[in-house]
Amino acid sequence: MAWTRFGKKKDMPGGLWIKCESCGAMLFRKEFEQRNRVCGTCGYHFTLPARDRIAITADAGSFEEMWINLQAQDLLSFNDRVPYGEKLVQTRLKTGEHDAMVTGTCTVKGIPCAIGVMNFQFLGGSMGMVVGEKIALLCEMAAEKNLPVILFACSGGARMHEGAVSLMQMAKTCGALTKLNQKGVVSISVMTHPTTGGVTASFASVCDLLIAEPGALIGFAGPRVIATTIKKELPKGFQRSEFLLEKGQIDRIVPRAQMRDELARLLAYATGRDPVAAYKPLPVPVEAEVVAATAAVEAEPEAKPKKKAKQKKDA
Amino acid sequence: MTEPSAKPGVQDGLAFERPLNDLQTKIAELRKLNSGSHLELAGEIELLEDRLRRQTAEVYAQLSPWERVNVARHADRPLTSDYVQMMLDDFVELHGDRVFGEDRAIVTGLACMDGVRFLLVGHRKGKTVKDRLACNFGCAHPEGYRKAMQKMRLAEKMKLPIVTFINTPGAYPGIGAEERGQASAIARNILEIFELKVPVICIVIGEGGSGGALGIGVGDRVGMLENSYYSVISPEGCAAILWKSGDKAPEAADALKLTSKDLLRLGLVDKVIEEPLGGAHRDAKGAVERVKQQILEWVRELAAVPVPELLAQRYRKFRSMGTPISG
Ligand SMILES: [Zn+2]
Repeated sequence: MAWTRFGKKKDMPGGLWIKCESCGAMLFRKEFEQRNRVCGTCGYHFTLPARDRIAITADAGSFEEMWINLQAQDLLSFNDRVPYGEKLVQTRLKTGEHDAMVTGTCTVKGIPCAIGVMNFQFLGGSMGMVVGEKIALLCEMAAEKNLPVILFACSGGARMHEGAVSLMQMAKTCGALTKLNQKGVVSISVMTHPTTGGVTASFASVCDLLIAEPGALIGFAGPRVIATTIKKELPKGFQRSEFLLEKGQIDRIVPRAQMRDELARLLAYATGRDPVAAYKPLPVPVEAEVVAATAAVEAEPEAKPKKKAKQKKDA
Repeated sequence: MTEPSAKPGVQDGLAFERPLNDLQTKIAELRKLNSGSHLELAGEIELLEDRLRRQTAEVYAQLSPWERVNVARHADRPLTSDYVQMMLDDFVELHGDRVFGEDRAIVTGLACMDGVRFLLVGHRKGKTVKDRLACNFGCAHPEGYRKAMQKMRLAEKMKLPIVTFINTPGAYPGIGAEERGQASAIARNILEIFELKVPVICIVIGEGGSGGALGIGVGDRVGMLENSYYSVISPEGCAAILWKSGDKAPEAADALKLTSKDLLRLGLVDKVIEEPLGGAHRDAKGAVERVKQQILEWVRELAAVPVPELLAQRYRKFRSMGTPISG
């Protein structure tokens, strides 16, 4: 009892400690955040807010956000216990985001790309008209500018509050991906915990390359729905990344600490660049050569994260 | 066709059907008595029939969304197999996805109707208990969606238009389905239909259950039978999640705006195909005929559209569904 109370107290946002959802270990929040929300004990990858994801993926200062102000309309006047319109306002205030998707352009280790990241903090990362529209706009822009596309999925599925309108976003996003196919532009889907329902059954599964973070729940139907339907216990590891890899559903599993390097490498192949160079730290810009001494110090963190992660694992 | 179907109505929890069914039974009984030629009885029958018509029209004009969901699931409602039987002059069923197996929850085949050839793809629910089990109650596995795609590619090669009949509670949520990529099979279909160089016509004839429906639901024209529904989640599922109680399905059905009129108003379907008075389950022939005429009209209309324009229109149509505001 005391332990539960302790756990609950320390789970509070901003608390000093956080309990691992997977192994139950108590993690020192500061260190946990430094590991980009990966459990130091069991390696469990926690859901990462969209802005944090962009911060660890894009080159510093390279992200330019687009279509920031798109907002959902409550076309259904949906009302469960709180009217949808009100729920949107509350969630916007709470998260500081307009909806569950952040889109724009950036460079990853110097390679320009279009990027879209789902935000689980916004109504479970559910896909409604804003998510659908932003993905469509992103793909159309990328097709026009010949930019490879990276989409980070993190979602419970379609947003019920938008009814069949949200269902049709599955069609909208898949249709938009055909625009990339017509131009020979490559798309990469990164499925993170959790990716289920209408998101898995649309854009996240039909990009050219399918990557998953370790241990992520990925599937069409939720495990509880399946268990109720078949009235059986589900096999261990069912619908996790490793299971999907085993069943031939995804290309690769990439740990968060290596994701940036790995994406750079794939982007290099996708855009006719040197994939070997993608693993190296960014070259120092020519203009900065004058201050080469300081630049060298600044460039270091670029190369570091991998080493750091390794050191901690060993320790 | 006014054969009474009182029992299924009651058993399906279609309470509003009871007075209509009672009237129907009464008319049928009077008819039996009237095998001779009692003039008073004939007048009485006429009176009752008139009352039945008016009452049916009244009841059906005021159905709640949840009641419509129940009509869409009615045991006597024509299924894809009924359309195949009643509407087509020829049908060559084609089986298998060429990869894993044959999914009976989706039927595919070459069809001919009034001289018009096309590929028919449709969810299959089954009539008898045995059939229903074999068809998994219309809940397809990935094989079903892959079979549909494989045949749609064939139709493209043969330059045949594609007609899909949507009638599923949803794609099957099971271990095998997940192992073999249910999500991926559906997503692949949705994407690839955008690329098909032949016209695609979709008709929701009963249940338009979420991704399982959309997996064969991207079309140049999408029609919905009046009493069918199309939803992102079943009312029961939505109620369980948002209301924390499956009993609130009627409330959820209301909130989801899943009726044909709602979908039309939201710009998600092109047309509501009116059903005969009192629903397709009271007059299967009438319903099938209306669907047939609609298909023929659309096939003719779309045949005139050049392929690049057809594909551009198809994209624009779904691209414009649910446009956010710029706040
Ligand atoms: Zn852990």
